[in-house]
Amino acid sequence: MVYLDNAATTKMKDSVIQSMLPFFNDNFGNASSTYTTPGQNSRSALENARAEVAKAIGAESTEIYFTSGGSEADNWAIKGICEKNKKKGNHIITTTIEHHAILHTCEYMEKQGYRVTYLPVDEFGMVSVKSVEEAICEDTVMVSIMFANNEIGTINPIGEIGALCREKGVIFHTDAVQATGAVPINVKEMNIDLLSMSSHKFHGPKGVGALYIRKGVQIENLIHGGAQEKGKRATTENVAGIVGMATALKEATENMEEKTKKITYLRDKLINEVLSKVPYTRLNGHREKRLPNNTSFCFKYIEGESLLLSLDIEGFVVSSGSACTSGSLDPSHVLLGIGLPHETAHGSLRATLSEFTTEEEIDSFVAALIPIVQRLRDMSPLYEELKKGMI
Amino acid sequence: MYSDKVMDHFKNPRNVGEIEDANAVGTVGNAKCGDIMKIYMKIEDDIIKDIKFKTFGCGAAVATSSMATELVMGKTVDEALTITNKAVVEALDGLPPAKLHCSVLAEEAIKAAIEDYYKKTGVEKKIECSGDCAHCNHEH
Repeated sequence: MVYLDNAATTKMKDSVIQSMLPFFNDNFGNASSTYTTPGQNSRSALENARAEVAKAIGAESTEIYFTSGGSEADNWAIKGICEKNKKKGNHIITTTIEHHAILHTCEYMEKQGYRVTYLPVDEFGMVSVKSVEEAICEDTVMVSIMFANNEIGTINPIGEIGALCREKGVIFHTDAVQATGAVPINVKEMNIDLLSMSSHKFHGPKGVGALYIRKGVQIENLIHGGAQEKGKRATTENVAGIVGMATALKEATENMEEKTKKITYLRDKLINEVLSKVPYTRLNGHREKRLPNNTSFCFKYIEGESLLLSLDIEGFVVSSGSACTSGSLDPSHVLLGIGLPHETAHGSLRATLSEFTTEEEIDSFVAALIPIVQRLRDMSPLYEELKKGMI
Repeated sequence: MYSDKVMDHFKNPRNVGEIEDANAVGTVGNAKCGDIMKIYMKIEDDIIKDIKFKTFGCGAAVATSSMATELVMGKTVDEALTITNKAVVEALDGLPPAKLHCSVLAEEAIKAAIEDYYKKTGVEKKIECSGDCAHCNHEH
């Protein structure tokens, strides 16, 4: 099997699994217990992990709050900030192409009486700083804009948006689930107030993530209960998961430049080969300002699910923003958000790499893709119309 | 997610292609919704002598088109008109609920082709459609 769906989830590294194992048996203690062993080992492991995660994004340890994953971090950021800052206003600014963890939370907030501005993005999926500036008004509580898009990989001008929000006195949250561990992030330099991340996107375990909350930012709890996470997020700490996450993030950020170079080379090879060898194909997202591991294409005149299915039969695992994959009738909101017509958006394919991806895998993927696309086109009445000069 | 039969018809679709001298052609669905089926038939003495299809759509759309052409091949026009989307689904050992509309499209495509045949041969018969096309704007 050739796995090219690393934006969906990644394989855990052996080193990550090894780092977690002691916390399932020998060091099983509750990190919040006061007795020395085994609880103390858990407590110190938890705090070391917090320091590692903080270091990876240029934060202080005290600013890292572990969660059950990216979605919880996103929910907490929006609901918690709005709740705590009610007096300031009821306006939220986000974009049309956020992950559903943000979009559906914003829709929920609208039902609670909040006003949400969904900023459009350009043809590459990028939000303009100017549009953020124009949308900010007196009652704007927060801006939430994703660091990098999960489908098309486009990276937003986060530093500039952060500087703008800081200047305007508006809280800035970024969903960095796809970006953390993949591109350099410094929350201080980028003026980020809150940042969501998810461990399983960078070869860590599932079920654990974190929300960075800048010191001084007031936020309401999402999960009430015990005094864990400095009283901000109840639930007995998932020590093994947190340790695994920290190990994974440490390894992801070590030698990031070198790894990025290798992955980017393979990404660009894949993009260039596909665009030059498969006609009527477009690349989605920005050519340069994109995640090192992301490729996203639309193959005209065919539908994404049949493409996925055909590739799956031959052992290639990829994903699609096709409506038929998700069971909904509309294709991906991201592809529609960058202005693609429905018929083009239906034929989408996302192949996302990891540091484990090899050049042989990319070559074999391209070799398999070309005849599959042709076979599906030969079956397509739209392609027939094209060939007959009808469209 | 799909039955073995669906996968078989997706991998090796029967009767794909065009018929140059077809006397019945029907196209249903639209690109916006993500599925289009086009059926070509060669009808002689009210018998469907040959049938071919082209489909733009998901795995289920391809498989239902393929199965529908198998069910119709060699039948009389009247017999072909009795084939329902349910029959196509059953012949494929079932479809996931979200994909049932593909079978409706297959039934409609056959009917659209026969309607074209009626039009060309001057037969004045109205074809009833059992399909539930609430999700799309198919023309009947």
